[in-house]
Amino acid sequence: MYEHLETAENRDSLKRVVVDPVSRVEGHGKVTLLLDADNKVQQARLHIVEFRGFERFIQGRPYWELPVLVQRLCGICPVSHHLAAAKAIDQLVGIDPENLPVSADKLRRLLHFGQVLQSHALHFFHLSSPDLLFGFESDISKRSVIAVLAEYPEIGVQGVKLRKYGQEVIRMVSGKRIHGTGAIAGGMNKSLSKAERDYLLEDIDQMITWAEGSVALIKKVHCSNLPYYDEFATIRTNYLGLTKPDGALELYHGGIRAKNEHGETLMDHIDYCKYNDYIHEEVRSWTYMKFPYLLSLGQEQGWYRVGPLARVNNCDYIDTPLAEAARVEFKAHSSEAMVHSTLAFHWARLIEVLHCAESIKELLNDPDIMGHDLVAQGEKRYEGIGVIEAPRGTLFHHYQVDENDIVTKANLIVSTTSNNMAMNESVRQVAAEYLSGRELTEPLLNNLEVAIRAYDPCLSCATHAVGKMPLQLELVDAEGKLIDKLIKHGDGQIERDNA
Amino acid sequence: MPKPVLLFGYGNLSRGDDALGPLLLEYAETHCDLDDIEILTDFQLQIEHALDLENRRLVLFVDASVACVNAFDFAVLEPARDKSYTTHAMSPAAVLDVYQSIKKQTPPPCFLLSIKAEKFELGDGLSANAETNLVEACSFAGRLLSNPELDFWLKQVNAAESCLLT
Repeated sequence: MYEHLETAENRDSLKRVVVDPVSRVEGHGKVTLLLDADNKVQQARLHIVEFRGFERFIQGRPYWELPVLVQRLCGICPVSHHLAAAKAIDQLVGIDPENLPVSADKLRRLLHFGQVLQSHALHFFHLSSPDLLFGFESDISKRSVIAVLAEYPEIGVQGVKLRKYGQEVIRMVSGKRIHGTGAIAGGMNKSLSKAERDYLLEDIDQMITWAEGSVALIKKVHCSNLPYYDEFATIRTNYLGLTKPDGALELYHGGIRAKNEHGETLMDHIDYCKYNDYIHEEVRSWTYMKFPYLLSLGQEQGWYRVGPLARVNNCDYIDTPLAEAARVEFKAHSSEAMVHSTLAFHWARLIEVLHCAESIKELLNDPDIMGHDLVAQGEKRYEGIGVIEAPRGTLFHHYQVDENDIVTKANLIVSTTSNNMAMNESVRQVAAEYLSGRELTEPLLNNLEVAIRAYDPCLSCATHAVGKMPLQLELVDAEGKLIDKLIKHGDGQIERDNA
Repeated sequence: MPKPVLLFGYGNLSRGDDALGPLLLEYAETHCDLDDIEILTDFQLQIEHALDLENRRLVLFVDASVACVNAFDFAVLEPARDKSYTTHAMSPAAVLDVYQSIKKQTPPPCFLLSIKAEKFELGDGLSANAETNLVEACSFAGRLLSNPELDFWLKQVNAAESCLLT
């Protein structure tokens, strides 16, 4: 591991390089490197602008507003927040998951599969495929979906249409692509009509075919340079996520399972309502973002990864045939019990796309999604916890309400927070293995971004008015004097400004 | 077949002035004849929105902008590859470029109504200035939507540019 690069001993004598912002991730991220006189990396850190203000945003609101309100926390995965909040407020009206009406449960799952499909499709085809198809140090003009559309038009168009299909699933189930009110306390507010079901069925076979093709593509890309892909930014970690009671991959509801780097089970079938007994969050002085860890292993050894790589690693099998076949191939490619390659996040992500597409077809052919028994009601409770596997990993929503149904306390652990330590470790690995001792160039620094992007971090929330600054790299000497500056303009032009 | 005119306002209702785009849509829903106008909203623009431009005669994007010179700006959009390609949120010009790449044809005439914005904090309402700007922008958008003709919209762009020059 590379913990020794978290804090350098002689920081005042080192040069500082700042990569700000990290592009193609949501929101703001900044990488700082401290270099010695020989350009050897002595310290590497990923700084993330945390989701501050979540609790203030939610507290004081009546609980029934939450499924709609929390969608506005994140423009990238609003449905995940919507469903996590809905699961939490189910408990506030006395409904546990097993008591949710069957139709409501299946409609929520359909909604969630649509969300994961479109989110993963966007990440792979739009944000990551340029790096994977053209190379991490390729010309910057090629690092966009437009270059993919030009040189691999079929892949580019498939990406757009997979994304669109996922959005259509969301629109049909919740009424709108965003701001939908599909899930409510104790159930759903509408079922799918036959016309809506038939509309979605029209294209689902095509989506499955394209998803299969995308898995074949990433496998080919990954295996074409196996040693590199298996080592780049790779770290050996614990993994955490939900699974079904029989150990199958689960995205909507299940127990918490954690495995260590050797594939040994650390915990299994844990009721997520007791997450506080197993997971704590550490605060570090240099960042606002917390570092979650497994209490049983402690702060130093207990951090873990979440998201597609964790889920596909952790599960015993996938209950849709094509995705299961893909999972078996994925696991077989590694000589270890767990696949630790950070770039394998992409492969695992596309296996999940295939699973989502297969699951959507299965649900669309299930008459329960057109059922009308949609809402259940029980005895009021004062605390509710909802956990879901969002596209980026396990997402926790925890609320307490008073006698007037007003939220008095809210706690959210978002997926990117769980991957915080792992992203820092991957940055340090790349810094140590690929940058140290070399002249810093934009393509080299893109390697750092590639490592971060593999996690698909969601660094900020839904406003689109931020996060559009050009990339700027500054080299500062030990006296704080700017000695070099590299600017990546919006049009891809690189400007070197020797101060 | 989609309606010939698309009104697409984007932004987050819970992030202060970022709500300007969606709020203008609310105005249009209550004040405009929408027989030929489809209203669409999202948090931000992405690649799949290129497909929403298909078979349109006119498209109006509405967005909050800190770069606005006036209370609102009105401009013609052209396809462009800009820096937004590398983010989760694309510019309307980049969406037009994706359309061109996918469809292999020129996108329909598209315009951008930018409303001057200041603050974007989570949980905040509109700033006082943004409220004033929204009223002016709604009035202007109302005129556009009651005259959904390319020539009329182009004249409004020219008029706005003349104002800037004088």
